[in-house]
Amino acid sequence: MNQIPVTVLTGYLGAGKTTLLNRILSEDHGKKYAVIINEFGELGVDNDLVVDADEEVFEMNNGCICCTVRGDLIRIIGGLLKRRGLDGIIIETTGLANPAPVAQTFFVDDDVRARTRLDAIVTLVDAKNLPARLADSSEAAEQIAFADVIVLNKTDLVTPAELDVVEARIRTINPYARLHRTSRSAVPITDVLDQGAFDLNRVLAREPDFLTDDTHSHDSDIVSMSFEAGQLDPEKFNAWISTLLAEQGQNLLRTKGILAYQGDDRRFAFQAVHMIADGDFIGPWASGAARKSKIVFIGRSLNRPQLRRGFEACQAAPAPISAMAG
Amino acid sequence: MSEALDRPDLLLDTRGTQRALAEHVVGVGFVGDQAAFALGDGTVWLSDWTAMPVHRGAVLCLATDGAGIVTGGDDGRVCRVTAAGVAEVASLGRGWINAIAAQGGVVAAAIGKQVHVLSDGATLKVLTHPSTVTGVAFDARGKRIAASHYNGASLWFVAARVDSPRLLEWKGSHIGVILHPAADAVVTSMQENSLHGWRLADGQHMRMSGYPAKTAAMGFTKSAKWLATSGAEAVVLWPFSGNGPMGKAPMELAGGDAMQCTQVACHPRDETVAAGFADGLVVLADIVSGRVLPVCGPGRGSVSALAWSPDGAALAWGTADGFAARVDLSRK
Repeated sequence: MNQIPVTVLTGYLGAGKTTLLNRILSEDHGKKYAVIINEFGELGVDNDLVVDADEEVFEMNNGCICCTVRGDLIRIIGGLLKRRGLDGIIIETTGLANPAPVAQTFFVDDDVRARTRLDAIVTLVDAKNLPARLADSSEAAEQIAFADVIVLNKTDLVTPAELDVVEARIRTINPYARLHRTSRSAVPITDVLDQGAFDLNRVLAREPDFLTDDTHSHDSDIVSMSFEAGQLDPEKFNAWISTLLAEQGQNLLRTKGILAYQGDDRRFAFQAVHMIADGDFIGPWASGAARKSKIVFIGRSLNRPQLRRGFEACQAAPAPISAMAG
Repeated sequence: MSEALDRPDLLLDTRGTQRALAEHVVGVGFVGDQAAFALGDGTVWLSDWTAMPVHRGAVLCLATDGAGIVTGGDDGRVCRVTAAGVAEVASLGRGWINAIAAQGGVVAAAIGKQVHVLSDGATLKVLTHPSTVTGVAFDARGKRIAASHYNGASLWFVAARVDSPRLLEWKGSHIGVILHPAADAVVTSMQENSLHGWRLADGQHMRMSGYPAKTAAMGFTKSAKWLATSGAEAVVLWPFSGNGPMGKAPMELAGGDAMQCTQVACHPRDETVAAGFADGLVVLADIVSGRVLPVCGPGRGSVSALAWSPDGAALAWGTADGFAARVDLSRK
C-alpha cells in the first residue's frame, strides 16, 4: 500500500505559514494535498480538503512521561484516508506549538504508520522577528531544533549582514536542517514537500554546513552535538541508547545516527524524537568506504564528555591481531 | 460444513450479490431489504447497485435506524437514506461528523466537542464535552447516550430537563463507545489497544487488554451476555453475565489464521456473531457451539464495514478496497 507523505509545518505567527499554505493549495502543480490547519488558522482558499484541527494532545498510558500524542490527528488522518487519490497531507501547527507530539503521533499509531509516512518537519522563521522570538519563548528554538527543513522567510526586511547573523543563530541550534532563504514564502514547493527527511535511508545523508564546535547560542539553551566512532557492538549500543533515551529523552529533541555494526555489511540508521526511537538496516556500505558510526543529538543540557564517552564505549572490541601463514 | 470449507465463497456465490465499487466502504446498513454501502466519495450504494450522492466529501459514519440509515459526512451534514430517497436531517456547520448513533428516530451526531441530539428535523439538545467526541451510543431503549472522548466517557439522559452528564473517568484517549443494552455498563475502546469499562451500578472499572490492534468494532450479543470485539486474531468475546468480565478470560472464536479481525456484527435474534478479517475473510460464528461457517473467502481487501439486516436474514459487508456484498441467509 502506498504511504502518503505528511509534512509538518511549524513557525511563529507571522512567519508566513498561511501564505505558503495558500500557495500549496492554489498553485498548478497537478497534485492533491489535504491541509490540516490549527483552530486559529484562516486560509483564503475555499477547499474541502482543508480541515480544522483542535491540537488535542494526550499522554500515552505507556509510562513514558514525554510521550504525548495528537489524538485529533489520528482521527483526521483516518478520515482523510477514506478518500482516494491524495498525494500528500500537510499539518500546520499553531505558532506556540511544540512539534514533538505531532512527530510522535507518526511513530505511535499503527494505522497512521501503515498508511502514511512522516516526510519532514518544515519550520518557517521570520528573519526580522526571530531574535525577539528566541529571546521571549522556548518554542521558537524548539521549532528550529525539530526542523528538517528551515525556510528563512522575509529576508527582504533585513540587511544582508542581519540575515547572516540570523542564519548563524539558527545554525547554532540546528546545523543539520536544509535551509532556504526566501521572501514572501516564495520557496519552491519542491523544496518543502516530499523531502524524505524521516526516511531512514536519508538520515544524516546530508552533512552539516559546518561542524558545531560546541558553540553556545546566546539566546537558547538548545544545542546540537555530533560524535564519531568506529564499528559498534549492537548490544552495547542498544543498552546505552535505550538507557539514555529513557533517562534524558525529555531533553533530547532529535537524535539521528548512521551506525556501523561490527560483522554487518549494512549501515544501520537510527532516529528518535524524545524517547520514541526507530531504526533499521539500510543499504550496504560503499565498497572501500570507512565504516564509521556517526550520531547527532539536538537538545538541552547535553553533556558533551558524557555523551562522547558513552558512544565510544559502544565500540566493538577490535578483532585480535593474528598472524597468517604466508 | 466440509463443503463450505473447501469452497469459502459458496454462500457468496449461491446466495449473494456483489460488486467492486472502487471506493473505501466506510459503513454498511440496511434500507428496507437492500444493503446500503456508504463510501469514501460521499455516495451511498444500494445492493440493487444503484447509487445516490449523499455527502460532498467522504461519508465518515453510519447508523441503522428502523427502515433506513443515517450518515454523517466531512461536509458537516447528517443525512437519512430511506426507500423514499435521501433527506438532510441537519447541517451542523463547518467540521466533520465524527460519530453517529440512532435509536427510534432520535439521532445523536458528534461534531467537535458537541453531540447534537436531533429528532424530526429539530435539535432536541446540544451536549458539550471536554474534548472532541470520538464515539456515541444509545442504550436499547434510547433513554441514555454515551459519548467517548479524552480521559473517559460521558453518560447523558436524553430526556433530562437539566443536562449534566455522569462523567466516567479513565486517563487516555478513548476512541469508541458502546452502552450495554440494559445500561448495566459503558465500554470504550482505547488508543492503547485495550477496552475500558465502567459498571454503572457501582462505578467498578473493567480493564480488558491484550489486543494487538485497536478495537474498531464491538457489539453485545442478543442475550447481552457477551461483548464481541475486533482487534485480535480472533473474535474476542467478553462475558457480561454475572459480575462482568473482571478476572475472567474472554472466549475466542474463528481464530487460528494469524489474521486480524477488523469487524464484528452480532446477530439481532440469535447468539451468532459475524466477523470480517484484514484479508477479506467473512465468517459466521455460533457462540454456543463455537462452530464457524465461512461466508466469503480471503481476497478483495480488508473488511471495513459489516452489518446484519434488522430481521437477521441478510448479512452485508464492504472492504477498504471497495468490494461490497450482500448475502441472503434466510431459511429457504
